[in-house]
Amino acid sequence: MKYIDEFRDHEHVAVLAQAIKNSCTQPWTLMELCGGQTHAIMKYGIDQLLPEQINLVHGPGCPVCVTPLAAIDKAIAIAALDNMIFCTFGDMLRVPGSAKDLMTVKAEGGDVRAVYSPLDAVILAEQNLDKHVVFFAVGFETTIPTTAMAAYQAKARGLSNFKLLVSHVRVPPAMQVILASPENRVQGFLAAGNVCVVMGYHEYLPIAEKYQVPIVVTGFEPVDILQGILHCVRQLEEKRAVVENQYGRAVTQAGNVTAQAMIARVFEVTTFAWRGLGEIENSGFQLNLDYAEFDAAQYYQVAHINTREPKACKSGEVLQGILKPFDCLEFGKRCTPENPLGATMVSSEGACAAYYAYRRQQSLSEE
Amino acid sequence: MTNENDLEITCPLPIGQYEKIVMAHGGGGRLMQQLIDNIMLRAFGSSSLKDKNDSAVLRAQQGRLAFTTDSYVVNPLFFPGGDIGKMAVCGTLNDLAMSGAKPLYLSCGFILEEGFAIESLQKIVQSMAQQAKAAGVEIVTGDTKVVEKGKGDGIYINTSGIGVLKTNLDISPSNIKAGDVILINGDIGRHGIAIMAEREGFHLEEPLESDCADLSGLVEMLVDAGLELHGMRDLTRGGLATALIEISASASKHILLQEADINIPKTVRSVCELLGLDPCYVANEGRFVAVLPAEQADQALAIMRSHPLGENAAIIGQVEAAERGLVSMKNKIGTTRILELLSGTQLPRIC
Amino acid sequence: MCLAVPGKIVVISGDDPYTRTGDVSFSGLITKVNLAYVPEVKENDYVIVHAGFAISVLDEEEAQATLASFDELKQSLEQQV
Repeated sequence: MKYIDEFRDHEHVAVLAQAIKNSCTQPWTLMELCGGQTHAIMKYGIDQLLPEQINLVHGPGCPVCVTPLAAIDKAIAIAALDNMIFCTFGDMLRVPGSAKDLMTVKAEGGDVRAVYSPLDAVILAEQNLDKHVVFFAVGFETTIPTTAMAAYQAKARGLSNFKLLVSHVRVPPAMQVILASPENRVQGFLAAGNVCVVMGYHEYLPIAEKYQVPIVVTGFEPVDILQGILHCVRQLEEKRAVVENQYGRAVTQAGNVTAQAMIARVFEVTTFAWRGLGEIENSGFQLNLDYAEFDAAQYYQVAHINTREPKACKSGEVLQGILKPFDCLEFGKRCTPENPLGATMVSSEGACAAYYAYRRQQSLSEE
Repeated sequence: MTNENDLEITCPLPIGQYEKIVMAHGGGGRLMQQLIDNIMLRAFGSSSLKDKNDSAVLRAQQGRLAFTTDSYVVNPLFFPGGDIGKMAVCGTLNDLAMSGAKPLYLSCGFILEEGFAIESLQKIVQSMAQQAKAAGVEIVTGDTKVVEKGKGDGIYINTSGIGVLKTNLDISPSNIKAGDVILINGDIGRHGIAIMAEREGFHLEEPLESDCADLSGLVEMLVDAGLELHGMRDLTRGGLATALIEISASASKHILLQEADINIPKTVRSVCELLGLDPCYVANEGRFVAVLPAEQADQALAIMRSHPLGENAAIIGQVEAAERGLVSMKNKIGTTRILELLSGTQLPRIC
Repeated sequence: MCLAVPGKIVVISGDDPYTRTGDVSFSGLITKVNLAYVPEVKENDYVIVHAGFAISVLDEEEAQATLASFDELKQSLEQQV
């Protein structure tokens, strides 16, 4: 496949791995902030190609992991309502709420559907005017324009039966929280490439400046990730701290202004309670006044939901890169991918789930 | 014969031509008999069925028997390369073949939903008959039930099968040894993606057909050649990865796959990329893996490649020395990852 | 949060800027993609597709430049040895 295969080429991979090895003279801790990059790192075993001095940490880049438990509980409650078609991305179907998941709601008779695009939910609303259709709008800035367009089209078509349960987040404030923490160990970042396709990378310039950390906008194929790591390591070795763009074929500094305009038309920035990280100002989105009629959280009054997070869970510290998953007492014992206690084990791209897979991988290579 | 005291009310349905299944088709009366006679018996035609006894009485066999059962639920019922009927016959034939048995007899049970088109039933039954005949297998007994509209997905089929083992070969993962190789008879992912494309209305530049096929003939050639088959499994739901994970767990052996040697059709790859699916977990219905000693690999490959269902057979991995039940795969870029069991079905992801 | 795949625009349909769609080919599979966010796109361009939308036109020159940089890197590594 064009523009995919070339960026998985094993010769390029070997060259980059060697270059990283040659460049690295001391330990460095780098963080990536994207579930898609976590997935690629796991799938391609990127960590196996890096010198031991490089500590690659998975930050709060997985929207499944950072969606607050209360939002998931609310989604489950709404999905179970009569006359409801509840639409969600496939990723969210098996995320456990306090008592059950969306898959269980389906088994209990709820009409829960996995869709590929928010526009699919709008079409369903148009085809089922006698029903309520709610779309669970989860994701980072890459996905927000698609939800915005769904809201815009629903409004234009007068679809009063269509609603959005919004749980959208922004990356830069989370990055700042991590960097501002006195326990921070992250020295360089790989910024999520497709987030930057939409938002550009201008927002990262003041962060790199203020905290003196290199930030490299990075793509998703193994070659992209390795090149991103290489550029980050080189900056650290040379004591530079600027924003670089590795993903030039898709990202510009300004980003996609048409998409940004649509986001601004429909949403406004707000405080968001990140699962594991807590409340961060200006880090989330909510529907603005013009589109408030589509807000499912306001429209559907569901019974009080008893949201309880397991006390033993250390997701927050893991997400900030302060704690390694295997430092948590429950890791691999009470907390596994089959029985996740918290955010970072819930999704296959969460840091703890990724380490769970790595752990087995490591014991394999120890033979 | 009527009796004044007879309180039983018989529904006076005329025996006519119905286009759709009605509840009476499962009632055990004339309508059901007519359905069975006109559709099942006419297509399957075995003497056991024509005798209409409660059970089929079969000749005893020389050798051990293999016995298997499977139920078939698929949406859509008709898809490029096959239908639920073809799947129901081939799937059970394949399961018998995986034990090294020659399939002999099948049963089939239908659960029909009220309102199901009889023309569709006819096509499905004829498809089953065609597959069974091609395999030299008789459908000797069956059952038909009807459920109310809304309580079934059109049609569910269960088939059970009996086969006979001509050899003393014990095809069991417990025989798998370090150094054994893993062979597959072709590429992966066709069935799952063909079904998904049909269901979701994907526009494919080149049509993709399910690989649904009866493997028993190909497997018989391997068995007859006297190869030391240590394990065989057909790939169904859960794909190549799941089948090998099950084998490795039973055998408590580490299987190492080479990604570069696993053949994935272009369209399967593209659909998987777009939806975030892993082709190694996508369903197949005409593929199997065989584990055997490395010294016999060339011979096995030659036999497979001489058969239409094995033209693209390949060695895709080997059994490592470690005594641990897991499957890992060496990527094209030289790194290795462990393949884990999925908790359920693969879902398209956005992340 | 970013599964996005590059594909080639085969046909563009529609005039409304927000509902304009493209038939995008992904090496064997063609899907309809909303083009609202790539108003500048033309047929035969490559786009990056996420959740049914094209979010960017792929800059083919930049892609080639990135790929060329690996060859340069390889040469410089060989010289170092």
